[in-house]
Parts: sequence; structure tokens; C-alpha cells
Amino acid sequence: MTVPLLSLQGLTKAYPGVVANDTVTFDIGEGEVHALLGENGAGKSTLVKMIYGLVKPDSGQMLLRGQPYAPPEPRAARADGIAMVFQHFSLFDALNVAENIALGMENPPPMKDLATRIREVSEAYGLPLDPYRTVGDLSAGERQRVEIIRCLLQDPKLLIMDEPTSVLTPQEVEILFQTLQKLRSEGTSILYISHKLEEIRTLCDHATILRLGKNVGECTPAETSARDMAELMVGSTLHTPERSGREFGSAAMDVSGLSVPSPSAFGTALKNVHLTVRKGEVLGIGGVAGNGQDELLSVLSGETVTEADAVKLNGEAIGQLGPVARRRLGVLAAPEERLGHAAAPDMSLTENAMLTGSVRQNLETNGFLNWGAAKEFAETVIKSFDVRTPGPENAARSLSGGNLQKFVIGREVLQDPDVLVVNQPTWGVDAAAAADIRQSLLDLAAKGAAVICISQDLDELMEISDSFAALNEGRLSAPRPAAGLTVDEIGLMLGGAHGMEVAHD
Amino acid sequence: MISLEKRPQPSRAWSLATPLVAVLATMVFGGLLFAMLGKPPVEAIRTIFWDPLFGEFAFYYRPQLLVKGAPLVLIAIGLSLGFKAGIWNIGAEGQYIIGAIVGASVGLAFYPYEAWYIFPLMVMGGALGGWAWAMIPAVLKVRFGTNEILVSLMLVYVAEQLLASASLRFLKNPEGFGFPGSRNLQDYPSAFNADLIAGSGMHWGVVAALIAVIFAYVLLNRHMLGFHIRLTGEAPRAARFAGVNPSRLILLCLGMSGALAGLAGLFEVSGPAGQISIDFNAGYGFTAIIVAFLGRLHPIGIMLAGGLMALTYIGGDIAQSNLGLPSAAIQVFQGMLLFFLLALDLLTNYRVTLRKSEVA
Repeated sequence: MTVPLLSLQGLTKAYPGVVANDTVTFDIGEGEVHALLGENGAGKSTLVKMIYGLVKPDSGQMLLRGQPYAPPEPRAARADGIAMVFQHFSLFDALNVAENIALGMENPPPMKDLATRIREVSEAYGLPLDPYRTVGDLSAGERQRVEIIRCLLQDPKLLIMDEPTSVLTPQEVEILFQTLQKLRSEGTSILYISHKLEEIRTLCDHATILRLGKNVGECTPAETSARDMAELMVGSTLHTPERSGREFGSAAMDVSGLSVPSPSAFGTALKNVHLTVRKGEVLGIGGVAGNGQDELLSVLSGETVTEADAVKLNGEAIGQLGPVARRRLGVLAAPEERLGHAAAPDMSLTENAMLTGSVRQNLETNGFLNWGAAKEFAETVIKSFDVRTPGPENAARSLSGGNLQKFVIGREVLQDPDVLVVNQPTWGVDAAAAADIRQSLLDLAAKGAAVICISQDLDELMEISDSFAALNEGRLSAPRPAAGLTVDEIGLMLGGAHGMEVAHD
Repeated sequence: MISLEKRPQPSRAWSLATPLVAVLATMVFGGLLFAMLGKPPVEAIRTIFWDPLFGEFAFYYRPQLLVKGAPLVLIAIGLSLGFKAGIWNIGAEGQYIIGAIVGASVGLAFYPYEAWYIFPLMVMGGALGGWAWAMIPAVLKVRFGTNEILVSLMLVYVAEQLLASASLRFLKNPEGFGFPGSRNLQDYPSAFNADLIAGSGMHWGVVAALIAVIFAYVLLNRHMLGFHIRLTGEAPRAARFAGVNPSRLILLCLGMSGALAGLAGLFEVSGPAGQISIDFNAGYGFTAIIVAFLGRLHPIGIMLAGGLMALTYIGGDIAQSNLGLPSAAIQVFQGMLLFFLLALDLLTNYRVTLRKSEVA
């Protein structure tokens, strides 16, 4: 048998109170696309950080082509031909592509040579990119290309990709996969981290599944059903959210001809947005990040006030009302950014329960706060949404992303809204919790609330939406019934070949 | 290798301990400084921290503690509200001066008429004056997005010119033999902010400071406005999401801190100082910034910090006259206190870990 490119043997890493990786062993072969599957908190990140030299294993060893490999820092890992594309981009908006790439290099060549190389590499791999464009103007897909090309310039032997498709349209995913297949055919190995099972089935040769830090199984994705992989990941049978046939009532929220200028230099202006959501209906709004999702949520939640008539609730103009007045009327929202927007990081869960709950949960009288009631409300949210935390006195930032997300969504759902607007409700949440959150949104709709779900996860939108619309550069497409929409149609609604044009000279 | 690790949540123990540790560190390094200046360090520290409270002449110094501490606490409480929300009023000194000028003007307008309502009117005038002076940076910030730090600071110098003008011209004592300065309010019973108990140092300003401490405590812990103030400081976007109107909060916070600084000025001019004079302001408005931070922006903490600061002032004076310490050394000493506090503050949110250097 040939020597694998990278062999992990009994890697263990413990943090205070949690074993992130427990004797993880697997091999990545030459020219293999290897999937690393697992829920949030399964230890995928810790594992790749060890490979990339960001974290030291407590015990166990790695062999790179049979030689002991223990990178003290990422620079050493890169020198050994290991490159990584992170889930969150580390790019400077105000600089152009070439400058951003030069910043990450040890000895950047002159800008002109670098630009030429960027062009060569980007065209060779079908990832057109103009080195002189400002990063702030690029779509998420194009930003990812910058990161990928930054890695490809190092001519890596192993490319680690952390959830690369979470920000891409179906068409962009297609292009990325072609690139990855080309890399594989040239002998580059790829360690592909994802929880999107269908992707893994089409792309990957081999999969390792982690659960609670342990390697719980390996499989050949093409021969294993998505459901089986999911159950390996979760360790129990999954239930799919159920939608019962629902009757829609009258229009609950109605937005017409809404235009809002961009709040900041790199924000997105909303342009002539029309939408209607009926009682009992779930309206899914898809779109690639940065196309106006945040701006739309803030217009609906009341953080951005508009002309009174632009936003109507049950026919009443509410566009001029702020968040507190809208909450009183039953319009609630859960923004995407958990830390700093939906919740105050350094404040306790009790205080964060007060943050949006004060109006509808009667947590204040004449401006005086009832902390006892706020604590009870926080405890109710923690209990009903299975938020893992020692108690409501803990700071929001001490919770894991998924747990905080459950808290944030639970806080709004339990306030019995008439209209609930959520942005990325299951971002970074494990499969079981995501199913629970989706179920709670569906239950809410079944009780007659109108739900607007803004998300970049198309599977999620298809699972829960009754109608579907797409945001593209601040414009909202006309909503269509979700049943029967094909992936291609959705892709076109999202902007189709948006950002796919070949870089021009 | 020493490295800093962010704590999952702020350490409660450290947030209470840092002021004490900072005071101890200041004593140690201050002692070293005094030793290097050739002064006996232990005696110097004792003179500063012990003598004003329990020394031979403590009966004289203790009332002074209240007199010096009250304006510091009163101003610092107001500042802390803004600081908690990330609104930086650096110009309390100016609001203090204007409060004193307006309050004194109200009183002197009645001179020599005697009535019970004159002093309350002066109090209102003082608060209003400080409020109005703080509204300048507030309105400019809300309307034009100017930086309140710069504007409020610059207005201190404007206020100082007005103070000079008041003592040389419009409030000048007509019976003052040409000397600059207003009439002495201590000689005008209706306007005199006398000690409530003779010789105790306990004047109306001390009472106002205590009320302000209680008011701020209730506001921050029990009231929606205080919650919004804290929320704005912690996470401005979350505050907007909660329904906070940032402009309104800026006006309120700057207004409150201005009014309290104005009150402090009024109580000072009508009591311990007695008159408007060119050098009436003694830097309380700036020192109060230190007091606010030393007290961790917490009302009770500020009350203690105000006392401590007053102590170093009085103790510093004694050390200057008794031990011949230069006044610059006392200022360095006070600076050290703030420096250590801010440096040690890091420990509330970070843990210092000693890691074995990792060599591959």
C-alpha cells in the first residue's frame, strides 16, 4: 500500500472541561478529497487547527508522507505544503485583491508580478478574479476565491477547506467543485469540512465522521445515504421538521415600494422591495450574504425607520415605529449576528432576556425593571429550547454559537409574535438543534403567525418555506410558491451567474 | 512565555479586587519613587493615607475629606453614566465652572435681599448652567456627528475665559477695592451653603453627592434607562435592536453629567470657595474622570474612590508641607494610581497564563 499523504494517529487534545479530540486516527491519501463530517462542537475545528499548526496536540502524532510532522505554527505548516481556507474570510475591504494576497505572504513579489500570477492561477483553475478590484466590492463567492487563490499560490499538497459552500449560490458551488476536482486530478489532496451531506456525496472520495471528539465511523460518501451519514453524525435518529397543510389568513405584514439607502460604505441599499406575508405563512428569503439581508431585517424590526406607509402590519402603517413599538404590536425579530446584535456578549442571559422581552413579557413597570421575572423568562427559554448553560446568570459570550442561537430564537418565539422575522436562524447550529429551531418556526406559523425567514441555507428554506423570494443586490424577487421550485430556478432567482463574469483585462 | 487568555466571562472577583490591588501597587511603587527622591517612603505613605484620617490633626482634615470628596463624587457619578454608554464627556470642568457662575449670578441678583427660596433657586441655576454647557457638545454630536471629547474639552477653556470675565467684570464685587472676584457668598446668609452641622464639612453638596450615588445605583440596576445606558456601552447594535434611540441617550447622558457638574460648581462657590474668582476651578472636573474609573463606573465604587482621591489630595498636601515632597511627585503618585488601575483592569477579562515555550 502506498504511504498516505497525511496520517493522523491517536490525536488527542483536551481543553479545560472538554475533550475536543479523543484519539482521532485517519489517513488522507494523495490526490484524495477527504470529507470531515461532524456537528458543531464535534471537534472538526480543533482537528484542522492541529494539522495547520494553530493548536498543539496533547498526545498522538501526525505523519506527513511517513515523516513525523508537528508544525509549531501555521508558517511551518504552509512551508510543508499545507494550506487552509477559513470559513470566515480575513480580508481587508478597503484593499484590492492583490494587496490582500500580498499581506498574507512571507516575501511578496512586486505587485505587478503578483497580479500576473494571480491572473494565471485564477484562470488556470476557472476562478476568474481581477487582482485590482477592491475586496469591499466583491461578492462572498469572489472573496472566497481570493482566499483560495491565496492558498493555490503556495502550490499546496493538502488544501483544508472549512465549510466553503455556506456562502455560495448553487452555481458558485458548481464552479468551486470543478476547481476542486481539477486540483485533485493534479494530485492535490483536499480535506473538506462540511455538514452538507449531498455536497459531500458528490465531491468526496472518503469521509471521516467525528462525534464528540471521537472518530465514530468512516464511509465512502457516494455509497452511503445522506440520512445514514447524518445519523452517524448526530448519533441518533433524526426527525425532519413536519409541516402540516396550513390555511393562510389575511396579509399580516406588507412591504411596498421600500427603498432605503445603504447605511454604510460597504452596506447594501434596498431597492423598491415589495413583499407580503400572510398569517400562517412562512416566507423564505434566500440570497448570498451581503445582498441586503441585514438591511431588510433592520427595516422590518424597526431599527431602521422608513416612511410610515412602506411597512404595514394588518393594514396599519408601522414604517415609522421603532423596535419597541413594533414589539408591542407583535412584530419580533432575531438578527443574524448573535454576539453584539441579537445579544450583548458580556451581559447575562437574564439581561439578554430583558433586551427584547421587556415589552411583551411585562418585565418592566413604569420603566422599573423586574429582574425576577426576567430571570424566569430566561429560564423558560433555556428550558424549552434546550440551551446548554449552567444558568441564566452566565454571560451570553460564554455560550457556544449554537446554544446562543437557540436562546436568541427561543426568546422571540416564546413571546408569541404575530410576525417573526429571523435572519440565518440555524447558522452554526448542529443538525439536531437546527431541526428543533425549524420545527419551532413551523409550529409558530401553524398557530397563525407570519414568519419571514431570511437564510443562505437553501435546504433550510426549502424545508420550511411556503413561498420563496430571493434578495440580490438589495432587490427582492417576486415571491413564488416554494413547492415545486427546482434548484436551478432558485439559483437563477438568487442572481444566477451573479459575479461569474470572467475577469477583464 | 506569558500570554493572555480571554476569560469566558468577566471575573467578578477580579473586578472587585483590582482597585485594592491598584492602591497597593501604587503604595509600593510610590514608596520607591519617594525613596529615590530621598524621602522616607514609609513615612510618606503613612502621611498620605493615614494622617488625614487618624493623625494628630485629623479633626481638621476629616471635614476636608468631605469638602473635597463631595464635588468629585457628584461629578464622577454624572460622568460614569455617560462613560458606561460610551459617551465621553471630558469637559466636566467647564460645566462645573458655568454651573458656579450661573448659580452665583442667581444668588447675587437678589443681593442683599434675604429669602428662603434664594438658595434653592441658585441650586437650580447651577444645574441648569452645567446642563446647558453640556448640551453644546451633545447637540453638535447629535446634529453634525462631531466628537464630543474634543468639543467638551475645548469648552473647558471657553468656560475659563468666562470665569475670568465674571471675576473681573460682570460679577466683580463693587465693594471689593478693585480686587478681582465676586462678593463672598459666605457673607450672604440666604446664599451661603453652610455646613449642616458646624465644623463637620457636611454641606448640601455632600448630601447631593449621596443622593446622586443612590439615584445612579437605582437607575443603573433597576431602571430601563440605566439598562439602556449599559447596553449601549456593551453592544451599540444590540442597543438599537432593543429600541434605544442613540441621539436621545447622548442628550440625556451629557445633560445629566453636565447638570451634576454644574451642581458641584454651585455648591463649591456658595460654600467652601465662597466667591467666583479667576482661579476658582481646581481641576475637580478632570480628577473626577479618574474617580469615575477608579470606582469602576459603579456608584458605590465611585463614592469610595472619591474618598480615596480626596485622601491623596489632602495627604499629598500634608506630605508636601511636612516632608517637603515636590508637588510633581504627588501628581505622579496620583497618576500611578490610575495607571495601575487601568493596567490591572485587564485581569477582569483576561487570564494570565504561563505557557512553556513550545518548541517543535
